[in-house]
Amino acid sequence: MNKEKRFEVTDHPISTESVIQKVTRRECGAITTFIGTVREFTDGKRTLRLEYQAYKDMAEKMLEQIDKEVQEKWPNAMSAITHRTGTLEISDAAVVIAVSSPHRKTAYEANEYIIERIKQIVPIWKKEYWDDGSAWIGDQLEKTPYPEGNPPKGANDD
Amino acid sequence: MMIKILFFARLQEEIGKDSLNIEKAGLTVNQLKQWLEKEHGLHSLDQTMAAVNEDYADGSEVLKEGDTVALIPPVSGG
Repeated sequence: MNKEKRFEVTDHPISTESVIQKVTRRECGAITTFIGTVREFTDGKRTLRLEYQAYKDMAEKMLEQIDKEVQEKWPNAMSAITHRTGTLEISDAAVVIAVSSPHRKTAYEANEYIIERIKQIVPIWKKEYWDDGSAWIGDQLEKTPYPEGNPPKGANDD
Repeated sequence: MMIKILFFARLQEEIGKDSLNIEKAGLTVNQLKQWLEKEHGLHSLDQTMAAVNEDYADGSEVLKEGDTVALIPPVSGG
């Protein structure tokens, strides 16, 4: 067992290998890894860099909650998630998600589920810096409360 | 009765600080938002989620002495 936290928000660059190691175990035949990176162009608009801010303690708690949801849906899956904060340059990894499971289908499905849930409930915010300004990203018109801590799907599908 | 309020992202920039300690225990989350809009000029707080002691909270939740309330604009991690 790895002593490092499986659910982590850090201001340091993420080691993909270390996230993978946290879920590596003898009973798994598949490990999927998702790396969310900083994209230069969005709808033709050029991003210079990003800044991520987190409510760190709550964010790590929500990542653990997502893992609990994964355990309920896919009992054989094991996940590790690291999200970075601070200033990120183009192509830097903002988030790394590793999921291991005995068979590949579960590892793929659970991994996608996790990134969707991060975009719904984990208190982390992205600020975009462009040539001509900057803005915090998020649907500021979202009016629906989050019953049970579950915001509506698709609010930040980026 | 003191509560601590945490601000993030756009709200932190609007109010110019990351937290505020105030004597407003006894208010509901929604009443606190209305007070912040009126007294501190924040806007669109009715569209902002809140967490009390790191759990998402309903607007009707009553704040207690020592609570930490975080105002959470729509998240955009990942």
